[in-house]
Amino acid sequence: MNHDVVVVGGNRVPFTKGGTHYAEASNHDLLTAAIDGLVARYGLAGTRLDEVAGGAVLKHANDFNLTREVVLSSALAPETPAVDLQQACATGLETTMYIANKIALGQARVGIAAGVDSTSDAPIAVSDSLRRILHAASGARTAKDRIGILAKIRPSHLAPVPPRVSEPRTGLTMGEHQAITTKRWGVTREQQDEIAVASHRNLARAWDEGFFDDLVTPYLSLARDGIMRPDSSMEKLAKLKPAFGGPEGTMTAGNSTALSDGAAAVLLASAEYAEENHLPVLARVVDAEVAAVDHPGGSDLLMAPVGATGRLLARQGLTVDDFALVEIHEAFAATVVATLKAWEDADYCRSLGLDGPIGTLDTSRLNVNGSSLATGHPFAATGARIVPSLAKMLAARGPGSKGLISVCAAGGQGVVAILEAV
Amino acid sequence: MKVIEKAYYSPVGKKVAAKAGLSEPPRLRRGRDYPRGPVVLAAPAGSTLVAEALELLGRTSESPVLDTGGDKAPGYGDRIGAVVLDATGLTDLTQLEELRQVLRPAMRAIEGSGRVIIVGSSPEGDWERLALTQALDGINRTVAKELRKGATSNLVYVDPDVTAVDLLPTLAFLLEGRSAFVDGQAWTVRAAGLEEADTVGGPAERPLAGLTIAVTGAARGIGEAIARTLARDGAEIIAIDIPPAGEALANVANDIGGVALQLDITAPDAGERIAALVAGRGGSLHGIVHNAGVTRDKMLANLDQKKWAQVLDINLAAQLRINKVLLDPATQGGLVDGGRIVGVSSMVGFGGNAGQTNYAASKAGVIGLVRAMAPDLAARGITINAVAPGFIETEMTQLIPFVKREVMRRTNSLDQGGKPVDVAETIGYFLDPRAAGVTGQVIRVCGQNLMGQ
Ligand SMILES: NC(=O)c1ccc[n+]([C@@H]2O[C@H](COP(=O)([O-])OP(=O)(O)OC[C@H]3O[C@@H](n4cnc5c(N)ncnc54)[C@H](O)[C@@H]3O)[C@@H](O)[C@H]2O)c1
Repeated sequence: MNHDVVVVGGNRVPFTKGGTHYAEASNHDLLTAAIDGLVARYGLAGTRLDEVAGGAVLKHANDFNLTREVVLSSALAPETPAVDLQQACATGLETTMYIANKIALGQARVGIAAGVDSTSDAPIAVSDSLRRILHAASGARTAKDRIGILAKIRPSHLAPVPPRVSEPRTGLTMGEHQAITTKRWGVTREQQDEIAVASHRNLARAWDEGFFDDLVTPYLSLARDGIMRPDSSMEKLAKLKPAFGGPEGTMTAGNSTALSDGAAAVLLASAEYAEENHLPVLARVVDAEVAAVDHPGGSDLLMAPVGATGRLLARQGLTVDDFALVEIHEAFAATVVATLKAWEDADYCRSLGLDGPIGTLDTSRLNVNGSSLATGHPFAATGARIVPSLAKMLAARGPGSKGLISVCAAGGQGVVAILEAV
Repeated sequence: MKVIEKAYYSPVGKKVAAKAGLSEPPRLRRGRDYPRGPVVLAAPAGSTLVAEALELLGRTSESPVLDTGGDKAPGYGDRIGAVVLDATGLTDLTQLEELRQVLRPAMRAIEGSGRVIIVGSSPEGDWERLALTQALDGINRTVAKELRKGATSNLVYVDPDVTAVDLLPTLAFLLEGRSAFVDGQAWTVRAAGLEEADTVGGPAERPLAGLTIAVTGAARGIGEAIARTLARDGAEIIAIDIPPAGEALANVANDIGGVALQLDITAPDAGERIAALVAGRGGSLHGIVHNAGVTRDKMLANLDQKKWAQVLDINLAAQLRINKVLLDPATQGGLVDGGRIVGVSSMVGFGGNAGQTNYAASKAGVIGLVRAMAPDLAARGITINAVAPGFIETEMTQLIPFVKREVMRRTNSLDQGGKPVDVAETIGYFLDPRAAGVTGQVIRVCGQNLMGQ
């Protein structure tokens, strides 16, 4: 890389359960709020940035230029260009790498990477048959023809079709896929519930310590993450019924992420730009890797980050022990457990083409200020939530401290990245 | 709006109110506008101080019409904008007659939002001079009460070696609309040794250009107005408020091109965090405005330890801690020599108020802090002053029940509540680098409210 890319800081709105506090807010509203908070934190009002990359997983057709429209609604200079990207749940990490790579190549000096999702405002499509009738009607030559065509509409055509939450090639939902993985890797209910409790407690402690004072800006009078349960406990979680994997299943609503609303943004710059413009510097973006698995062929849908991690560490000549902190996105608590088991499994790692096991993680370094179970997981926002939080934690540990981010995504994909405090 | 409030503002209600003597309050002249009519200057003892200051301001003046006896007081043919009385150098009580001669014809001639400005010598000298100095205060307060239609009267005491340059920002502030809600007040200007070059171009439109100023409690209300007003005058604002107020804070910061800092000022490291932000941005801190404040009202018989401690910590102790850090020369990003500290007290700090022991203690404490620190900071050219707002129209005061609120906003000489910008403008005056001679002062922005001294 020609230019050092640094994380200046970030901002997000508090995340919360879909259909609750942000029920009336659109992706556009949420992302504008996240970016405006970032702009205010770093005094960027009226500044022209080189580019803003953002995205949403659940997106309305007329939001094709979502991020650019958000820029125009924001306090940034209207001359700031923007791009929409999407890589399912890894979108926020992928937008980070998109901007980082441009900065590294010298194509940009400063930019924002972001992600947003609103399950409250998810687009609802009309049925295929209704769509065909409507298209035909709009193509009709005369009013009479049009009425004739529209007369074909039946009540059954009017039922809205919510966005598909299942994998197109397997017909299974993500939870059902994870349930297969959970069983295959022998992940227990206790392991999952422990992760969920830790997530809530760590997040609550971080809030109480003021960790998020310069990472989150309240939105619509919501000042803290709405899903967080500081009083979460093993006893309470043990009472929940299985949600996936049948009656014997170990996955519950308590150890699976909730459908969430939220937006997050990261300010990235070249080291020179940050210095010239007196911007703080938390960490350097070191490297990243994306991977996919053949889930239609039977591979574990949410385990693609394992292969990406192995290849990334090999390329950087690093081992698991070199990381002061590790952030593994908690799509489900079981995803985290299975991922860590896979890291230790020599045969599995070799099957991915790696030389051997990735290693064993000291879990005291894992998700130390909570992760998606407690915070929530507005799909595209999660990567952009993790990057600035991790960068801040690394900066507090001192120069040279390294952190690893691992995010799984629908379609059997995954993105991992390395940050290092400067 | 409650029924009674609606009725009050209805056409019939307005007529009834007018009959009861509750007329529409006058609209005050605000901003940088000068009075429309001419400025009349009188200097009975022959002092040229005010004349020179007016000249530096680029304002012309006229001679006064004097009431030198006769049955009927002579009048001005037309409205006059202001009467400035240079009473410096008066030595004996009989000379007060000369003030009467100037003021009597002026009282009926002063335009709406016009000004009476009395400039007197600071208390010094023999018994008679000291008595005379105090007499000026009585005249000022009474003239302020007698003036109508938003006209105000204020008194400025000047130390013996004060120059026209030292007086200039004060005179400009008083003549302009910026002092709209400051009425019946007296404060002192000291010699600051500024050069005429420091006043280049007269009263600059943007006296704070390029200066970094931190404002606490900037998310809403008076703090928001302070941030906006100082930004209008060119300042780069660090807007501070508690994290839960971050949404409004970000909007304010973005509107004025400032920086938002989500920070509870009672955090033990609050001062360090403000300084670190300033240092990180490669700047230095010109001023800090301690505006953040809360009320937790209870009659003392019901006031618990928590409500007591909270109010005193936020309104008083926090700013003392922050000041100490920012004044430490070792603090990177601390206050520069020649910097400014401004506190926000309250008229309750002077008058006390039932149900507000904690608040009154904190706001009186702010006054004490200003007076205590000013002499100690003088050597570094740092000034510390405070405003003491009266009834100001904010979301907070909007919550007061209508009848009580109406009484509160009317019990002053201007017959109305002040606006947040009125407080902000006074703070802007303190922060002006040219106001170096103004320190240790507490200016009430209360329209001469009846409460307190
Ligand atoms: N409104 C009036 O009539 C009036 C009269 C006299 C004095 N005052 C004083 O003026 C100041 C502003 O008053 P206002 O009417 O705008 O009140 P307000 O309540 O509208 O605003 C006060 C701001 O201070 C912030 N704040 C409170 N505690 C804080 C803390 N610990 N750290 C950081 N920020 C904090 C609040 O979040 C709020 O945004 C206060 O000091 C008040 O006592 C007001």
